[in-house]
Order: sequence, then C-alpha cells, then structure tokens
Amino acid sequence: MSWWKSLSRSNIFWALVALAALLVFNLFFTPNFMRVTIREGHLYGNLIDILKNGAPIMLLAIGMTLVIATKGIDISVGSVVAISAGAVAVLIGGDLAGNPKYPILVAMAGALLVSVLAGMWNGMLVSRIGMQPIIATLVLFVAGRGVAMLFTNSLQLWLYAKPFAILGQGYVLGFPFDIYIVGFILLVTYLFTRRTAVGMFIEAVGINPTAARFSGINARNIIFWVYTFSGLCAGIAGLIVCSTVMNADGNNAGRLFELDAILAVVLGGTSMNGGKFYLLGSIIGALIIQTLTVTIYAFGVPADAAPVVKALVVWAFSLMQSPRFRLTIAQAFNRGRVAA
Amino acid sequence: MTEEQPILVMKGITKVFPGVKALSGVDFRLFKGEVHAIMGQNGAGKSTLVKVLTGVHRQESGEVRLEGRPIHPDSPLAAQKLGISSVYQEINLCPNLSVAENIFAGRQPIRGGIIDWNRMARRSEELLKRLNVSIDVTRELSSYSIAIQQLVAIARVLDISSRILILDEPTSSLDDAEVDQLFKVMRSLRDEGLAILFITHFLDQTYRIADRITVLKNGELVGEFRTEALPKIDLIARMLGKELSEFSRKRAGTQAARDEKSVLSVKSLGLRGSIAPFDLALNEGEVLGLAGLLGSGRTEMARLIFGIDGATQGEIRIRDRKVAIRSPQNAMMAGMGFCSEDRKNEGVFAELSVRENIILALQAKKGVLKNISPRRQLEIAEELIKSLAIVTPTANNKAGQLSGGNQQKMMLARWLATQPAILILDEPTRGIDVGAKLEIMELILSLSRRGMGIVFISSDFEEVVRCSGRIAVLRDKVKVAELNGDDVNETAIMRTIAGGN
Repeated sequence: MSWWKSLSRSNIFWALVALAALLVFNLFFTPNFMRVTIREGHLYGNLIDILKNGAPIMLLAIGMTLVIATKGIDISVGSVVAISAGAVAVLIGGDLAGNPKYPILVAMAGALLVSVLAGMWNGMLVSRIGMQPIIATLVLFVAGRGVAMLFTNSLQLWLYAKPFAILGQGYVLGFPFDIYIVGFILLVTYLFTRRTAVGMFIEAVGINPTAARFSGINARNIIFWVYTFSGLCAGIAGLIVCSTVMNADGNNAGRLFELDAILAVVLGGTSMNGGKFYLLGSIIGALIIQTLTVTIYAFGVPADAAPVVKALVVWAFSLMQSPRFRLTIAQAFNRGRVAA
Repeated sequence: MTEEQPILVMKGITKVFPGVKALSGVDFRLFKGEVHAIMGQNGAGKSTLVKVLTGVHRQESGEVRLEGRPIHPDSPLAAQKLGISSVYQEINLCPNLSVAENIFAGRQPIRGGIIDWNRMARRSEELLKRLNVSIDVTRELSSYSIAIQQLVAIARVLDISSRILILDEPTSSLDDAEVDQLFKVMRSLRDEGLAILFITHFLDQTYRIADRITVLKNGELVGEFRTEALPKIDLIARMLGKELSEFSRKRAGTQAARDEKSVLSVKSLGLRGSIAPFDLALNEGEVLGLAGLLGSGRTEMARLIFGIDGATQGEIRIRDRKVAIRSPQNAMMAGMGFCSEDRKNEGVFAELSVRENIILALQAKKGVLKNISPRRQLEIAEELIKSLAIVTPTANNKAGQLSGGNQQKMMLARWLATQPAILILDEPTRGIDVGAKLEIMELILSLSRRGMGIVFISSDFEEVVRCSGRIAVLRDKVKVAELNGDDVNETAIMRTIAGGN
C-alpha cells in the first residue's frame, strides 16, 4: 500500500479528503446529485455544473496561489474580473445584430492587456514602493470597480455577439469549454513553475526574503511578476464571467471572488505565511467551495443563511487541516481507549 | 569611599535557559553617583543580567538587594516602580505622538477630568532642560533626531522615579557630537547622585565615561575593576578570557601568498553611519581575516562589499576591473559569495530541501529560466554534501532538520556551487560544535590553496590567526590597521584594538 502511504503524506491529502467527504455526503442525501446525463451531446448534471461554475474561482486561485506563496495577498482580483469583463464588453459593443465593434479575439486581447496592467500596478506597489500587499491591492479592490464602470459608462452592457458566448457557455467533446481553459492555464503554470526554477524562487522568497536576496535572487522581480500573473488570471476569469451571462456589470461581476480564491488556496494546503505552494490543492479547494455552494442550494437553505452554513463547513475543514488539531484529537481518542 | 554602601547588590545570580547556563553565580554591585559599564563578548551574559535586574527574567538562584532590601521585580513595570529604569537601544516610544505626550504617556496630568495640556508641556520642558535639551515639546517625536529621542526616553524614565538608570547600547546609532551630548547628560546625572549602568560595545566610550567596569565571560563574572586600574589591553584579554602570556603564534594554516594576483581591491568604500571608508585588497589564494570586537564594523564591511548595503562612496575592483555592485545579485554575478553570520534569518530556507538550498545561488546566477535539470541538481548537491561531509539522510530532506554545523556547511556548499573567486564568511564557526569548527577551518584553508580569495570573519581571534595570512583590524567602525607576517598573532590584534603598539 505504498501508494496510500505517499498519498496520505502528500500535502493535498486533506483537501482531497474534504472534497470526498462532501461528495459522499451528497451521494446519500442529495437525490440525483451524482447523476450525469447526456443531452444534445453535452454532459449535464450537478458535477458538471460544479466544474463549470467553479472555473472563474479556479483561475483566480491559480494566480492567488503564487501570490500567497511569496507571503503576499491580492484582494483586487474580484475587481480585476469586473475590469476585464467591462473592457471586453465595451470592445465588443452591444450591437443587437451581434456584430462586434472590434474582432472578438482583439477585444479579448485588449481586456487581458488591461488586466495585466492592473496586475503590474499591484506588483509595482508591492515590489518597488514596498507597500504591504493587502494595502497595495486594496487600492484596486476599491478603485477597480470604478474603472470597470468607466468602461461601461456605468451601464450594464448586454452583448449579442454569439461567438463570444463559446467561452463561458460552449461545450467541447461533451465538457464545458471553460474547463479546458482552466486545465490549460493550470498545466502551463505547473510546467512554468515546476520545470523551471521559478517555483523554487517563489517559495524561497516566501520563506525567507532576506536569505533570498542574499543568495542573489532578484526577489523584487519575482514579486512583481507574481502579481502581474495574478492580474492575467483574473483577466481570463473576467472573460469567462462576461461570456457566461453575456453581460458586464461593473458593480457585481466578480464580487467577493477574491475571498473565495483566497479560501481555495488555503483549503488547498498553501500557507498564508508563504513558502511551499500547491497548485492542484488550490484547484481542489475551489472545487470544495463550489460543491459546498451547490449542496447548500440543493438542500434549500435560504440564500440569506447560506453563508453561515458555508462558514461552518469551511471552519471545520480548516481545523481538520491543522496538524496540531489532528494530534490533539488523536491523543484524546487514544486516552479514551486506554481508559476504556 | 570604601565605607560607602552600594545602592544595588546582585549576589550569586544564576539563570538557566533550556540547554544553556546564561549566568552562573554572577555578582554585581552599583554605587550611587557612578557610571558602571558591563563589558563582555557576545553571549557573555550582559543582557541576561540586566533582564534579571529589570524583571524580564527570573533568576534560578541568587538575590538582588536594592538599598539593602531584597527585591523581586517580576516585570519591567515592577522594576520601574522600584526606581530601576532602562532605556534601550531601540527606543520604546511612540514616534507619532508629541514629545510631551511621550514623556507623560499613561500618566497624563488631569485637571477637571481632562488632560492638562499646558501643565504637561511645561513639565516636559523642565524635565528636558535638566538634560540640557530645549525643544518644542508639542512637535511629533519622530521629527527629532535619534539622539534627542533617546534623551526624551531618559527624561521620561527619570521623571517616573529613578534611582538606577540602565542604558543599553544607547550610543550605537549616534554620531560623535550626539555621543558627546549624551555623555554630558550622563555626567551631570551622575554628579546628582544617580547610579548609571552602561552597556556598550565601544571600548573608547567605556573609557571616556565609565568609573567602574564589570567584565563577564560565558555567563561568569571575570571581575570588577576601577576603570583607571584596568588598561585597555587587559580588558580585552579578560573579555576573551585569556592571559596575555598565553598567546603564542599558532599559524598552522598560513600559507605564503602565491603569485600575488589581485582578485579583489576595495578603495575608500564607506557608508555614513555604518562604517568609515576603508581600503582592502585580497589576492588569489589568500585568506584575509577581519578581526575586531563585536560591533566594530566587521559585518558592516562584509555587507558593503557584497552589495547588501549601498555604499555612499568608494569603488570595488575585481581582477583589476571596476565593478558596480548595488545588490547581492551584482556581487554574485561578479564572482563573490557571502555567508551571513545570521544563518537562520539570512541564510537557510528551512522548509526547502538541502538540495534546493544548495542549488539556489547557482540557479540564480544562471538565470531563473535556465533550469538545472533535477538530475544535475542532485549530482551537484550530493557531490558537495559528500565533499563537505554534510550529515543529512538524503539531499531531499528539509534543511531545517540539519544541525547548526551542517546548516553552516550547507551555506558554504550553496556558494561553492557557484564557483566564486571571492568568498566572504561572516562568523562561519559561530554556534556550532568544536568538531564542525575545525572542519570548516580546514575547508577554508583547502579552498584558499585552490586559489580562492577568502575574507574570514570571526570573534575568536585564535581562529582568525590560525586561518589568515593577513589580518585587517577594526575598532569602533573604523579599519585601524593591517597585520602582516609575524604580526599575525592574537597579542598584536589585541594591542591594535586597544590602540597601543
């Protein structure tokens, strides 16, 4: 059982356990939860919805993982989602006949460029000016929605250019298109961080920034690019969000997404203290959050009370991940057995 | 004078921390109207003794008597109430409050339920006047120099009640004029009858201000002396725990410099407030020792050469080519390596593997995208683990699990992997066991035989003498001399530090 041993020691083990526990719970208590049907050549079902709806958070979580690994945080990602959505909507335009103002690919590239610039702004504030990450990204957290409103002229912009809908609504080989985007970004990020020294440098900067600098690592550049990358991820998430509803709403697009993204990263086993990071863990973390949301709705918990349930479950999962808590439980359990 | 009773007597103070005896049976006494300096190397127990006195630590045995009565302060606040006040090197005041608010924080004069600002300002001015300071007390503390801030801190504690004033490294961030001002204040307070306990690394300052000196070493009392009865050289010898006659020349490792090919040459490099401009030259295959007491500027020198701190003047040449070094990255690319004295905070990545720790600098030198293949990484790491005899189960174990000596060797391995022309080692033997110390010194010598230029810093003069062919001596942030040939011995180092011949 060596595979079990290595699995149970791996850093994403507890995230996997949490996800499995949620799924098993649903298997028993939510009717038809696990059923996946094929309609018009597409897969349908709760599981597919979880993957599909979780895509934006997964993308944000990928970028956030690297930021948190450097002992930083990026709370502007939700606003950057709105900026990206606003930018792409304006560039495509609300022509009722569906004729885009600029070619759709150009519009998307434009939105991503703006998002990258937003990330660079964050990166500059943190790495060059030396601001604390939470304060530096608070600037865009607040101002970002204003920028998005500027793009859309404070209106909710509806889009009719059909091809753009593929991003958030299309299917390929039965699976939602946005899942492929997440898979692609995950793969590229994994290869880029783990097949080059980038991942090790990010971890080194997060563990001990002084030692990193003394070892000849350009810590400031690493930090700059990590925030820039987070901006890019948020930009892609913004495109998907916009395409899913064919609407750009500067006020509500991506609202509170930053918190879910941070939560996903932490549930996935990456410490807020920086250092070792786990991309796959963050994806699992995002899946846990999405599954939880679906479960809560399936149970008919009133929308107003849903956050309470969510908070309780997340709290329990976080406890489960704490080695010290597990040790305490195990000791209490052993004492009980000895006493009996 | 001899009949006078000391105001404070500490007797047989013993303090044990897990694994170390920080103080064992130390006696200390302090008289009214004197400035008493406590001297000792790092780890001698100076700060532990002060912390027992101020109630931060509780001694395991021994007693403290203030004016004949035993006292047991259990917090700095309790000590303060007894009249024992301390002002630390890092000033514990609020920079964004006004001077007057700082002096009266927590005990503002109240009239009719509200703070009496006028009275507070007036009293503050009076208090500061006693210290020869006249400033606008309503301005923010941070708008004044460190020296003034220090005097404000002193004014505050003196007003609260003070029979004993403890000044812990008060001069380390002051310039000469500010030190003079502080000393003037200290003398006038002393003449008013205050007992002042003064801790400093600066020998000259001790001799300028102290009436009496207590020397500690390794947690033990070496002795108490009147300043005029203790020549500087004796003080240094006692701090190091050696008799002058003990010193013989042990230069096992000294080698004749080979063909004198310059690898590093530094011209009037300096940083204001850190270290005075200095020249330094290093040849291929040479070990240059930096000797000086703690705080003499050894580390500052190393940090300046390696680009950690930006120099305000001077130039660095490597192999006779001028190089611009503004960051450790520049220094590394120019062929330097640097092992910091603070392994834990400035060297080791505890959660990364030994392999990653070793490969890091080489990878940084190559560029982040030019990945060294995992197989090559393992080869390099294992080769260095073997040649430096680093004890670790595998190259992939976490670096944090290694012992201090092995972590130190790992740091060396990190730089050796980059094949530097110049290696700067700041206290590479600190905090590791004797066996590992010897191994590291052997290593230094063998590296120099292979042509590497090495700058070796150690507080242990014996080690410096044993390894170095030439020694630069520092005192109070100034490079004062270079010792060559027959002068490379401990007596000469101590004489130079003491300022005589």
